[in-house]
Amino acid sequence: MLEYFLPNASSYAGDIDHLFSIITWVVGFWFILTQVAFLWLIFRFQKRREDQTSIYMTGEGHEKHWIHVPHWLIIVCDVFLIFGAVQVWNMVKIDMPEADVKIRVISQQWAWTFVQPGPDGVLDTADDITTIDELHVEVNKTYQYELESKDVLHDFSVPVFRLKQDAVPGRIITGWFKPTKTGDFDIQCAEMCGIAHGIMAARLHIEEAAVHQAWMKTVAQTSLPFSPSNLVINQ
Amino acid sequence: MSGSDHDHHGPTNFWSKYVFPLDHKIIAMQYLFTGIFMALIGGFMAYAFRMQLAFPGQEVPLFGVVTPQNYNSLITNHGSIMIFWVAMPVLVAALGNYLIPLMIGCDDMVFPRINRLSYQVFLLSIVVLFASYCVPGGGFGGAWTSYPPLAGNADYNLTPLGAPLWLLAIALEIVAFLLGGINFITTVMNSRAPGMKMYDIPMVVWMIVIASILFMASVGPLIAGAVMLLFDQLIGTKFFTTAGGDPMLWQHLFWFFGHPEVYIVLLPAMGVAIEIITTFSRKKLFGYKEILFTTFFTGILSFFVWAHHQFVAGIDPRMANIFTVTTLLISIPIGHMLFAMIATLYGGSIQLKTPMLWALAFIGEFLIGGVTGIHLGASATDIFFHDTYFVVAHFHYTFFPSAIIGTFAALYYWFPKMFGRMMDETLGKIHFWGTIIFFNCIFIPLFALGMSGQHRRIYDYRNFPDLNTPELQNLRIFATISLVCMMIFQIPFLYNFFVSMFKGEKAGKNPWNSNTLEWITDSPPPHGNFGHHMPEVYRGPYEYSHPDKKNQDYWPQNEPN
Repeated sequence: MLEYFLPNASSYAGDIDHLFSIITWVVGFWFILTQVAFLWLIFRFQKRREDQTSIYMTGEGHEKHWIHVPHWLIIVCDVFLIFGAVQVWNMVKIDMPEADVKIRVISQQWAWTFVQPGPDGVLDTADDITTIDELHVEVNKTYQYELESKDVLHDFSVPVFRLKQDAVPGRIITGWFKPTKTGDFDIQCAEMCGIAHGIMAARLHIEEAAVHQAWMKTVAQTSLPFSPSNLVINQ
Repeated sequence: MSGSDHDHHGPTNFWSKYVFPLDHKIIAMQYLFTGIFMALIGGFMAYAFRMQLAFPGQEVPLFGVVTPQNYNSLITNHGSIMIFWVAMPVLVAALGNYLIPLMIGCDDMVFPRINRLSYQVFLLSIVVLFASYCVPGGGFGGAWTSYPPLAGNADYNLTPLGAPLWLLAIALEIVAFLLGGINFITTVMNSRAPGMKMYDIPMVVWMIVIASILFMASVGPLIAGAVMLLFDQLIGTKFFTTAGGDPMLWQHLFWFFGHPEVYIVLLPAMGVAIEIITTFSRKKLFGYKEILFTTFFTGILSFFVWAHHQFVAGIDPRMANIFTVTTLLISIPIGHMLFAMIATLYGGSIQLKTPMLWALAFIGEFLIGGVTGIHLGASATDIFFHDTYFVVAHFHYTFFPSAIIGTFAALYYWFPKMFGRMMDETLGKIHFWGTIIFFNCIFIPLFALGMSGQHRRIYDYRNFPDLNTPELQNLRIFATISLVCMMIFQIPFLYNFFVSMFKGEKAGKNPWNSNTLEWITDSPPPHGNFGHHMPEVYRGPYEYSHPDKKNQDYWPQNEPN
């Protein structure tokens, strides 16, 4: 259901969308059932002139089942949804697949710095590529990121990946994603980080292998080694 | 019984009667009118930042251009005001003060002076809050959750005075409500009319008492956290910094209070809806004890769900699974309560008077907030939805039904008792439909925006190409126009409220033919509430249409068999 609102572009985005649909169907069933019963009762029992005994006695006997049976059914639905949620959560946030590429994502007020390995494929070597407010990745490669913050809380949010992770100063938080579609998409900061939080945007470029290699070549010649003085605020 | 030395004439001097009152009804009115005033301010803030979202960069009529600093400050204070200075004073303090002594049949609160102090501290907190807007740097803009290190360090938040003043205002407000909470619980436990057993207490009183217990049990960590954060801001301690402390600690302290707070606001509104639904369907409450026990269960469970606000905040991801379980389980008692309220309608004789419309709307709208909570409580979908407009829409579907719809239900229902006159039904219905329809028009588009990936607290979406599409912008404009329309529909209410207060049709003692004790005294009740005939209680509060009671379909709690 979510993919009609926003394309999905990572290996686990489809599972999150699927979980969303399942939850929507389950809660939608209860929601519609309850609202229909609710509205029906309102219209059915409009001001009546029946004898008081019948009004007083309804709801005293077996009608309690109408509450107790849904009560147990809701428990069953909850267990089912918990099972689904935990499964998808573990895949996205706990199980860490073998990484093809390791990158570093550094957040600060109010810019994103992305450090990725250069042609040698190893992070923290002299040919690392540093980009600001744009992240170039190759489609169908598994990326592992190390997320850091230099000042306050930020949040590395990539809606098309269905990925979100707070960056906490003093901690290095690892996570992963595997892009599955090419294209250009938003990267957001999704945690209030001060006066320019609203413009802390970056752009994600998911590229085919050949395009990505070509980009690496051009940028390797022009890229400056990473230092804080190279940081400029977006826009 | 409380205050047996109380004289039943009461003070006649204007100052001692209205400015420094000890009478619980006058203190309730102080809270009520202050809450309504703050609601107008909080609503105006919503108008200003919604206009900025719909028409970015343009001058907002009555406000001016919204700068990023303005925007952050507006959203922060809109949230703080609506929760701490509208929902709590009106639902807990005003209703609690007004209803508890009247509904349990005593002459006043057991600690009237603490009660007066509570409002005075509350008023002081508002003065401090307003002061925070007028200092160099402007009002605090770090969101109502006030996460450090942003909130703790002026180098980051750029509001060196606004942030501490805001925090001080919150702390004072909490002190005020602790004083009030002590009073509510003690009064209900000690001063009930003779004969009123635990299961004869009207549900709204139970709900306010349980809300007060939740508040007192949850707020300790927050007030400790607030003092530590204040020290971080003012004297350079390092509780919530990486140099010695931990920023995440604040989040735990905050949400350990923050989630029970949701139920603190919800429960009184549920109690209001229960009183009204039983009265206007002339029917006994379906499952009094079940509702009471599920409420206690909800309250207890609400202490074990807080980290669902922090799924992606950097907590150990294995911990999220535990909180997914507790969070989804809370659907069971809440669902049970709502089902019982709906089942009360079954076989009743329903009259759709204005208070009843509001009470029913509370159930219908709250259901939307309830079911969308499952999407967010499920950790995996919350990865995507955390801090999006889906969350914004979800919690407005829980807070608006509680704080606004519940308040209107209570006002229309108890207005005759408070002021001795009836409100106009036609204006009430215009107000009802205008508010409900446009409320949905504001927030349903926000679900769609959240599903499209729109994140919160962003003052201008033109910086995000995926969000800067005409379709999404149209949804934003639609929501903003709906907000303006909903605000216009509050004019009939304000007119109705203030004109009916003086010119409305005279209400008798018991215009709705209701059972609870507040309806046996005069409208408005005199000082001391029941004159010289303090009531005794012979039965539960919901004995409507009882077959043994001839000639009338209600049986007040104080009438002997």
